[in-house]
Formats: sequence, structure tokens, C-alpha cells
Amino acid sequence: MKEELEKIREECQASLALAKTEPEISEIRVRVLGRKGSLTQLLKRLGTLPEAERKEIGRRANEIKEDLEARVEEGLRRIQEQERTESLERERIDVTLPGRRMVLGRRHPLTQTLDEIIHIFSRLGFEVVEGPEVELDYYNFEALNIPKGHPAREMQATFFISEDVVLRTHTSPVQVRTMEKKRPPVRVICPGAVYRCDSDPTHSPMFHQVEGLLVDRGITFSDLKGVLSVFVQQMFGRGTQLRFRPSFFPFTEPSAEIDIECFICGGKGCGVCSNTGWLEILGSGMVDPAVYRFVGYDPEEVTGFAFGMGIERIAMLKYGINDIRLFFTNDLRFLKQF
Amino acid sequence: MKINLNWLRDYVDIRVGVKELINLLTMGGLEVEAATQTGQGLEKIVVAEIQSIRNHPNADRLSLVEAKTHQEKFSIVCGATNIREGQKVPLALVGAKLPSGIEIKRSKIRGEASEGMLCSEIELGLGQEASGIMILDPDASLGVSLGEALGLADTILDISITPNRPDWLCVIGVAREIAALTDQRLKYPSLSLSDAGSEIHQKTSVTLLDPDLCPRYVARMIEGVKIGPSPHWMRNRLEKVGIRSINNVVDVTNYVMMEYGQPLHAFDFELLEEGRIVVRRARKGEAFITLDGVKRVLDEEMLMICDGVKPVAVAGVMGGLNSEIRAETRTVLLESAYFHPMNNRRTSKKLGFETEASYRFGRGIDYGGCLNAANRAASMIQELTGGRVAEGAVDAYPKPIRPNPIPLSITSVNRILGTEISTKQIRAYLKNLELDVREEGEERLSVTPPSFRGDLEREIDLIEEVARLDGYEKIPLTLPKGPPSSEEMSRELILERKAKDLLIQHGYYEVVTYSFTAPLSLNGLSLSPDDPRRQCLPILNPLTADSSVLRTSLIPGLMETARYNLSHKNVNLRIFELKKVYLPAEGERLPKEVKYLTGLAMGMDGEIHWASSVRQVDFYDVKGCIKDLFEFLQVKGITFDRTEDIPYLHPGKSSKILLGEEVLGVLGEVHPEALGHYEIPGKAYLFEIDFDRMAKNAVEERKFRPLPKFPAVHRDLSLVVEDHLEAEKVEEAIRLLEQPFIDEINLFDVYQGAPVPQGKKSVSYRIRYQASDRTLTDDEVNQYHEKVISRLREIFKAELRG
Repeated sequence: MKEELEKIREECQASLALAKTEPEISEIRVRVLGRKGSLTQLLKRLGTLPEAERKEIGRRANEIKEDLEARVEEGLRRIQEQERTESLERERIDVTLPGRRMVLGRRHPLTQTLDEIIHIFSRLGFEVVEGPEVELDYYNFEALNIPKGHPAREMQATFFISEDVVLRTHTSPVQVRTMEKKRPPVRVICPGAVYRCDSDPTHSPMFHQVEGLLVDRGITFSDLKGVLSVFVQQMFGRGTQLRFRPSFFPFTEPSAEIDIECFICGGKGCGVCSNTGWLEILGSGMVDPAVYRFVGYDPEEVTGFAFGMGIERIAMLKYGINDIRLFFTNDLRFLKQF
Repeated sequence: MKINLNWLRDYVDIRVGVKELINLLTMGGLEVEAATQTGQGLEKIVVAEIQSIRNHPNADRLSLVEAKTHQEKFSIVCGATNIREGQKVPLALVGAKLPSGIEIKRSKIRGEASEGMLCSEIELGLGQEASGIMILDPDASLGVSLGEALGLADTILDISITPNRPDWLCVIGVAREIAALTDQRLKYPSLSLSDAGSEIHQKTSVTLLDPDLCPRYVARMIEGVKIGPSPHWMRNRLEKVGIRSINNVVDVTNYVMMEYGQPLHAFDFELLEEGRIVVRRARKGEAFITLDGVKRVLDEEMLMICDGVKPVAVAGVMGGLNSEIRAETRTVLLESAYFHPMNNRRTSKKLGFETEASYRFGRGIDYGGCLNAANRAASMIQELTGGRVAEGAVDAYPKPIRPNPIPLSITSVNRILGTEISTKQIRAYLKNLELDVREEGEERLSVTPPSFRGDLEREIDLIEEVARLDGYEKIPLTLPKGPPSSEEMSRELILERKAKDLLIQHGYYEVVTYSFTAPLSLNGLSLSPDDPRRQCLPILNPLTADSSVLRTSLIPGLMETARYNLSHKNVNLRIFELKKVYLPAEGERLPKEVKYLTGLAMGMDGEIHWASSVRQVDFYDVKGCIKDLFEFLQVKGITFDRTEDIPYLHPGKSSKILLGEEVLGVLGEVHPEALGHYEIPGKAYLFEIDFDRMAKNAVEERKFRPLPKFPAVHRDLSLVVEDHLEAEKVEEAIRLLEQPFIDEINLFDVYQGAPVPQGKKSVSYRIRYQASDRTLTDDEVNQYHEKVISRLREIFKAELRG
């Protein structure tokens, strides 16, 4: 019986080693380890052996059984692995073929730029408000301390609808409308379209601005500098050099123009910055007390600052766009770039 | 304004380099836009003296000139006839490069050697004079470069002057600022004058009939002048600041205007009838020919300078042809006046032109400086023309203007600026600007501005001056302490962003088009005559006729954009615009500004691809997008209703977007006629939504609905119905049954053709049944589903299919 046992083992091991498919292995398992398999049959006959022999052969037979079972499992695993490898090999594709793309649109570059500006000022606690584009002379000029005949009116070539109705030349009238509606504290930015009779590669008869206004007790020129410095650093990158330069707007005093160091030439002077090394990006200033008079604020009690910037200008600088008219032609090849 | 450094140096020491000076001025509020170096490239052109002139042996029109510098002699062939022995002339040496690009070489001209070239003004780029060699000052040192000899090496600054600072519109004004910023005293020009001529009051008089428009008028007289060209140094200075030289008298008036900022006018006294000046308003319709030869029609608000009989100048704008300085002028009457700025500006605007004079008068000049400027000019005219200044000046100044003192609180300065500037420092800054500063007790000053600072009227004006002189860069950076705004943005703006995001996900590109358009741009829409959109608001002063009205619809702009893109081979288009239209409102001064969301789709639904097919976009692409949009913005209960009433949409392929009875918008295929009008080939689909109205109906709140705990059951059904039956009617009917547990109805197939009989179509629905408290049994669902089927059969006389 001992020889028989070893023979079963040898024969089974040999056929398992040769087996190439899952059915072959299953067949071997049934033949040897199945209910009627040769090893099972042999084990059944163990009882017929004498005590001592039975113990020895029994131990050996169980050893062999475990070994063969393990080999069967191993064989199955090997074949499955091999089959998977082969099937993976068969399924190989050309990964360099183009993938399927979703058709996605884009926000207009002006909207993207504006959203970025709004995002920065939102974090500084500013609320977005809007106002009319067709505006009364009163809001566009008078209440901003630009009476009729003031030379500052000539700085802004105006489109007229009637004698006292204009297309707003800046977003500043929204300042006045906001203050009329709301008592301090006021912290708003006002984006929107504005209009001036001007047309060339850097001027468009319609363009967009963002106005900002902050009025509260104890607001200082140093607050203006702080807020706008934060804006510049976030909009144009940390470490952007900037300067506040005295300027004039009829509705702010003191007024400041804000320049950033030209990032095209690094301040050395180039065509983009007209060889000055600086790029003008913002107008700003402390709200002129005369403006408070129009809205019934007391300049002894509250102070504040206002600022304004052109969205096209910032987008042109940021993206290196050289012709403002591209924004309004809406060539898909242009829009796809942003 | 152009200004040159050499001129500035007459009044102030400039101890810094050009770059630093530009920075100093710019940071002081005088923005330097450009700086140009002059007198460069003239290094190899030197001062030489002519020693002899002989005829050229082989050419009648040429001569042989011997010229010497301090150490060398040169033989030059020259064609000019204006040179004489002993004169000093510019000699371009071999190797010199002229501004025209010509390089001087050693050469032989008709057999004679020439070792350089004598130059005319035009050849040197120094002037327009081309008729002869430029003759230099006899005192010029031999051998020095021409740039040095003529003081040409200079820097011209182009400064942008803000309208509040007319006092900077002159060399002294800018020099004064440099002095203040660098803590120096300004060196004013000497005003000594010998007026030994006849007594002016014997000769003339000035009558101010309208002193409200002309508060001051100073006149001086110079007799025995000889009109001629100005000396080179003066022409050079005027040219550098952009003023053309005319003659020695006119040039002086311009020179002093540039120096003091006081525009002056010189009359030929002999042409003034009755020999006197009368300042009065013009008569309505009075005509007058200005110096430029143009006839101007005047009105009663324009101020005129007249002689005893007739107008001789439009005050502060332009003189007249009838009294201008001529070659034969002998006696000059010099005007140095102060005109009302606003009135002057209006006059110049009404007449449609601006002069250097009106530019200054219109912004306000130094009324205290009229006499000084007159004296300065009279003395220069005397010097340059050989005339004599008549004794005394007429100074018609009935009500002398005195600037009011302005109280200044030191606390206010620091409260506004966020600084801690001391009283002492503030006083020093203001004094440097030539302001009169008095202490009025602790922390208070009384400041009186000089007559040239009309812009200083209030405390805040002084605070700005302190900030400027202290330097904006020295003010600290702080952040405001108050509370942030409670809201980030309005509901409408949030919805606007969401709407844009959704459309972008649907493949739409956002476009931005002009708010103004051509009056005919709407024509392609075939709107009915009473459509309110035909009432476009016109712009009184449009740039072009094509942009002369405000739009009442976004469609023409989208059509234009589509046409542009198609012509540039961008054929698969999905574009939208979310912007305002402007609808005139009855009885209102301002139009209603309404935001519309309008989109256009055409071409294929994607790019061609090796593994996917593409198809033409159609009505249902647009409809699906709009459905998603309303769902995303939570505008609940919208329906689509067929319409034939939109003139620019295909009558069989257009739909209203309804919320109950309210029309929120329309969508459909663009009418072929409209496409034709806008020259767009193919088919295009459009949607147009009143965004403001849609936004009003959007529900802001989102409420969580618990997920079903039990599985849903699906049942399909196919019906054969009349082919004109609108699909939505079927779905509506199913919903009206109010069967419990119907959770979702999806139309998944529409089919026409065999075996479906002609005139019929098959529609297939998948209905999802779902209970929230249990799993529905098959029997239960079958029971409900059967009820649906039998009801639909009844209503639509429908056959159940397959």
C-alpha cells in the first residue's frame, strides 16, 4: 500500500506539472482527490491495515493529500494568472489615439478677470453691487464734484443720450447711488460697462471698470494703501512692486494713481510701459468731502476711499493682449485661449 | 506739456540725474510720460571760422572754402552763397554722421578735394532754414562741438499735467515744484525794466465793460520795434517745447507764456482804431476773422477785445487778422490779462478749437502775475527788437482778488492720512510751496495760498499738499478696522454666475458685444411695427452710424458674432451673451435696463473623432440645455409651448418657455429669412431668456430629499398615436392620473415608419415606480401600470405596441 501511495503521489505530481488548462487540473483533482479518486479510495482502505502500519501510512497519506491539494490550488492559480496575462496582452490598445473630449465652453476673458478681482475684494469684505449704464448727468458728473464746464469733463469724452442723460463714462456714479441708499459703513465694489467716444487699439468706445468704495469711521489714506497693496499682490503675484503716485480726480482728494512695476521688462523700460518701467493700473483716492455733501454724509464723522480700474487693461496686461478690440470681436480662436 | 531741462535750470538747481528727476516729478504728481535727449550725434560737427572763399575752377556754382578750427585747417567745397570770410559756421568733419543719415567722407568734387562739409540748419536737424549755411554767434569757441556751442545737449520731458494744476503749465511752475520737493528757493528772473519811452497813459487806455469776465487787464507799449527773426537761442527753446517761431515779438509773447504761464497777446498798435482797448461781450451774431483766417460767428457770452470801433481778438482764445503783428509793425501794444476761466472754456468749446492761450486761461492763470509777465515781455521785446518801452503800464484791475485764508487742523491731516506728521513739518512743506502760513494756536494753522494756486480752497486741498510733499511712499500700509459687508453679492449676480457655469458645461462660449448698434441691425428680425424693441434709444454723438443706438435685443450681436466666426472657419458654434438691453421707458428719463441671456448654436455637436460620430446640433440640444439651466437655477414648473408668433424663428420649430402664463423666453430654429439677412449659411438655433424675470422665479433654497430605502421598479410601454400628437401631452396625461408611486417618466423612443402605419408614430416610455416605505410587489406595479395603459389608450385612441 505504501508503494501504491507513492505511485499516486508521483503520478499526480507529474500530471499536475504537465497540466496546461483549468479542466485538465480539475480532471486530475477528481481522479485523485475526488470522492472516487484514487487517493480517497486508498484512504478508505486504511482501516484494513494493522495498527502500526496504519498509523504510519495514514500520516504519510495525509501528508500527500495536503501536498497534492496545495499543488492543485497552485496549479489553478498559475493557469488563471497565465490566462489573465494572455488576455491582458490581447486587450492592448493604442494609447496614443486621441481621447473623447467633452465640448466645454469658456467664460469670456473679461469675465474671468472680473471674477478674479471680485474674489480678492470679497475676501476683503467688499460686496458686489451694480448700477445703470445709461445715467443721469447728475450721478455721472455733478454729484461726483464735476460741475458743468469743469475741465475734468473733457478728460472723459462722453456719449450723450440727451442734455442730462449720458452713457456713464465710469462706474463711479454707483458710488453715489450706493451712498444714497445706505448709511456707513459701506464696503462695495461695482463692476460694469462704461462708455467713452474713443476708438483705437488701446481704447474702445465700450469697456469695463470695477469701482470700489469703502466709507466708515476712521478710514485713512493708509487704509487705502493697505487694501490696494493686498489687491495688487494677489492679482499680480506676491512681491509685485507698486507705487502710489499723486494724481487728480475731481471726486477724491488726496488722489493717487497706482503703478506696478512693468512685468514685461522688469522695470527697465520697454514698449509696453512706454519706457517708464511702470504700468498704470488703478486710480484711487480719499472720497472728496464735496461728494459726501451730495449724499448727506458728514465728512467730520466718516472718511473713506474709492478706487477704479479698467478690466480690459488688466486683462490685456495679464494675458499680453495687444488690441482691445479682440475682446469684442469674439473670435472663437481667441476665446478658446482663456 | 513739453519742457526742457536747460530752461528749468535758469530757475532751480537740478542736482540729480535725469532718471531721479523723472522719479521726483512723477512722485510729486507731475507724471513724466517720456524723456527725449537732444543734441546727440553732433559730436563731430564743430565750430569753424571761414578764412577764405575762392571760386571753384571747374564749377560756377561751387566755391572753395578754407576754414579753420582752433588747431587745424580744412579745404571744403561748398555751394552756398551766404558765407563771408570771418564768419563762424558749423563744419561736419570726415566721419560725422548727419541726422539725415549721410556720413561725411573725404571726397573730390569736380577735381577739388573736400575735407568736410559746411552745414545748413536743415541738414543739422536744427530748423527749417535750407537756403544757406547756418551762421554761428561770433563769440563761439573754435573747435568745440556744435551741441556744446548751441547748448543743444538737453533733455525734453513730456509731462502730463492734471487739470487741477494750471500753475504747472509753465517752466517756472515746474521749477517751483522741483524747488519745493528738493527744499530750495526758486530763482525768479530779473524784472528790471527801463521804460524811458513816452508815457503810456498819453497814448492809450483800457476800458473794461464786462469786468466779471475780465477782472484784470494789463497793457504795456513798446515803440520803435523792428520786426525780424528771433535769435537762435530763443527759437531753440521754443522749438523744444513745441512752439513754432514766428517773429521776435510774437516769439517773446510765447516765450513768456511758457516761462510764467501767462498767455500774452501783441497787437500792432497802429491798427487799433482810436488807439485804445475796450473789453466787452460780443454782440449776438457778430462775425470776426481770427488769426488763422477763419470767420467766426460770436454770441453774447463770448468776451471780445476791441479797439475803439471793432473787435480785434476773441479774449484769451485767439487774436484777429486785423491787428496782428506784421513785418512793418512799429508799435506794439502788449496784453497781459486774466479772463474768467469757465467763460473762456465755454467760448473755446463753442468755437470748436483750443489754443495754448485758451488752454491756460480755461484752467485759471495767476491773476497776481499779469503785471510781472507784461514787464518781463516788454523788457525782452525791447532787447530783441531795438524798441523803447513806453513809461508805465495800464493796469485795469477794478476789484483786486485776494485769496482767502484756509484754516488747517493738524489733527485733520493725520486723521485723513493715517500719519503722525508734526506741525513744524507741515508748516515747512506749505512754506516751500510759497503758501503764507500763520499759527493760530495749538494744532491749528491759517494758510493763505498765493494767487497762482487757485486750486487751494479747502482744508482737504492743503492735506493733499502735505501728503504730496511728505511723499505718498512714506504713508504706512494699514487695513481698515470696520466690519466686512454682510453679503458677498446680490442674488441676481450669484444666479448670473451659475447660469454662465451651466452654459459653459453645455459647450457654450461666453461673448461680449457692444451695447450700441446700427439702427438697422434689428431689421433681420422682422419685428412687427409695434414691437417695443423697435424703439431704440439713439446716441446724440455716436462715433459711427453703425453704433448710433442702444440695443434692445442681444440677437443681432450674436448673429454678427456668428457671421464673423463662420467667415473665419469657426463653424461649430455655441455662444451666449448675458448682458443688458436698454428699453426706453415712457415718462422716465432713464431707460429700463434689462438683462437678457441669449444663445446661439450651430454646426456639429462636437469635433470629428475616430471613434465617435458627430451630428448637426438641433432644436433638442438647445431645449435640453435650457431645461438643465432652469433645473440648475431651481426655476420650477416651466413648460415649453409651441409658438408661431416669433417672427425670427421657424414657425414649426419654435417654442415659448413658460412659467404658468408668464413667458420667460423663447427658443427655436432661426428663421431662414433672418439667417439670410445676417448672411449666415446653414441652420442655427437660438434661445432668448429674460434673465431678470427668470432670476425672480429662481428658488434659492435647496432642500435635501432622503434617498429611497427600497428599490424602484421600472415598466416600459409603447403606444402608437397620431403623429401630430405632442409628446408632452402624453406625459401630462400620465401625471394627471395621479397614480401613486410614479416617480419618473422618461420618453426613450419615438419611431415612425413600418410597421407603424402611416400618419401614426410610436412613442415609448419608461415609468419608474417607487414607494418610500416598502418594496413594491410585481402584482401591485402591474396593477398601476395597467391602469396607465388603459387610460392612455382611451384618451389618445392609442394602440399598445409590442
